[in-house]
Amino acid sequence: MWKTVVRRVVIMIPQLFVLSLLVFILAQFMPGDPYSGAITPETDPARIEELREKAGLNDPWYEQYVRWVGNLVQGELGKSYTFQRSVGDLIGEKATNTLWLSLLSVILLYSIAIPLGILAGRYNNSKLDKSIVLYSFISYAIPTFVLGLLFLYLFGYTLRWFPTVGSVSVGLDPGTLAWYWDKIYHLILPASTFAVLGTTGVIQYLRSEIIDAKSLDYVRTARSKGIPMRKVYSKHIFRNSLLPIAAFLGFTITGLLGGSIIIETIFGYPGMGQLFINAILSRDYSVITALVMLYGFLALLGSLLSDIIMSIVDPRIRIE
Amino acid sequence: MVSVSNDKNSNIASSPPTGFQVIFREFIKDKLALVSLIGIILVTAYVFIMAYLFINVDEIMRVSLRDKYAAPGEKFLLGADQGGRDIFGQLVIGAKNSLEIAIGVTIITSIFGIIVGLICGYFGGWIDNIIMRIIDFFITIPSLMLIIVFVTIIPKYSQYDLVLIISLFAWPGIARLVRSKALSEGKRDYVNASKTLGTNDFIIIFREIMPNLSSILIVETTLNFAGNIGIETVLSYLGFGLPPSTPSLGTLVSYANNPLILQQYWWCWLPAALFILIMMLAINFVGQAFRRAADARQRLG
Repeated sequence: MWKTVVRRVVIMIPQLFVLSLLVFILAQFMPGDPYSGAITPETDPARIEELREKAGLNDPWYEQYVRWVGNLVQGELGKSYTFQRSVGDLIGEKATNTLWLSLLSVILLYSIAIPLGILAGRYNNSKLDKSIVLYSFISYAIPTFVLGLLFLYLFGYTLRWFPTVGSVSVGLDPGTLAWYWDKIYHLILPASTFAVLGTTGVIQYLRSEIIDAKSLDYVRTARSKGIPMRKVYSKHIFRNSLLPIAAFLGFTITGLLGGSIIIETIFGYPGMGQLFINAILSRDYSVITALVMLYGFLALLGSLLSDIIMSIVDPRIRIE
Repeated sequence: MVSVSNDKNSNIASSPPTGFQVIFREFIKDKLALVSLIGIILVTAYVFIMAYLFINVDEIMRVSLRDKYAAPGEKFLLGADQGGRDIFGQLVIGAKNSLEIAIGVTIITSIFGIIVGLICGYFGGWIDNIIMRIIDFFITIPSLMLIIVFVTIIPKYSQYDLVLIISLFAWPGIARLVRSKALSEGKRDYVNASKTLGTNDFIIIFREIMPNLSSILIVETTLNFAGNIGIETVLSYLGFGLPPSTPSLGTLVSYANNPLILQQYWWCWLPAALFILIMMLAINFVGQAFRRAADARQRLG
């Protein structure tokens, strides 16, 4: 098993290299540089040129690339030109918010999907199963931003059950119980949007896994020994079917990242996705490159995680 | 897929149903898919006919402050936006633009994805290995983010550029699926027999393997079409799709970014949002019916 893990990690190295090259090339194509915004009729062009030279913007591209990767590895992401702050700090601040959002989304996702998947699989072809399949089907077809907006309109503005913007109300002391509760309260709507959309894969996988297991030999053996069906489900089938679900976690992370851009924009939630959109709008390119790199890295990490979990729970799948 | 008939009188029943008969039966059994299919055809035809023959875009987009936020009623079927522009007209034009982009992306990515997938799956070897690594990479990286960056750094982009940018990130999924199917199909006896007869590889791929995958390709193309509507509308919603002067379903929904409009002037954004929702559901219902028709185990009829 360790061989598989090592092989899988080795595959990630060229992927990271290509990602960094892609991001770097994109950054080179971004119009303007940090100093073009500072140009006014009174500025001396020579002074701007001097600043550019000092920042190394006139060096050949490969030198800039090597320097950029070197800085990246050391966690030195440059400075945001809009906020005049270190990009690392800026992202770190927003990352905690996105992390909380992701965490609650994943908890909600699995607590909706696992029971529904189990019920649909156990009582397949019943009315219950058919409505669960229909639900998973609809949630698959709805685009994220449409569901997010409908939730916001319905639960946020019309019914006024949940706050419509931000991550925490003003005037609460950080660290108090009320503050934490308020944070969670703000998270419920965006997190459930994500959770509802993410359930499809887990439900369908679990359902077909359980239906397939019903006709397998180990289940027949258990039944012929006289074990009641209820126990066969809880002790045999569910255990086998639930394990591969763990592998979905990696893909869920990838999905969460893509969704965070949309969901955070809709709910005005100050996380990394919103930071990305704001950075794009203000052409804050050091923030953009850092975020694209970070998202790409996390997505690759997510798929690595999925593959490793998969190879642990299902030894038949091993990379050669 | 052999249908055994005990009825000696019917000769027709003993021959296996053709692809179109299977699809037809599936739609007769599944009323929801049938209604969806008819609905999609009617709505698409209506949108294109109206947009090209009867609606003048300049007239729709002309600002008339007197009609600012006019409620749905006699003058405007679905009301007007903050510039007094008819929402219904914008919806038709927007749907036309969104559908055109989705159709464009679907055609480009299908052709490219199917060709790459078939060739990789049939030949295998190191080329397949390298291309699959690239495809895996493309599938993993956050494409929405990269599309947004692309759109931002291209100075003046048109509808066509947008189609190409989206296609760049949408083809690998199709290629991967087609490859896996072509891989298993390529090991079948008929392919081996054809190889032994000395048939040209490309004739085997496109004249012999591809027709056998056609049902899966139809399913995938349908579902991808829905997905591409989703990508275009979300990009336009975020402000990185079609330019603001060109209405798209996404730009209409993005009116909702203003909390005032979201709350009080629901007719500005809700029709477009519901249009997207219903269109996506309908296309997916049709796609599922195709999928069942393609897979004998899941058939209803």
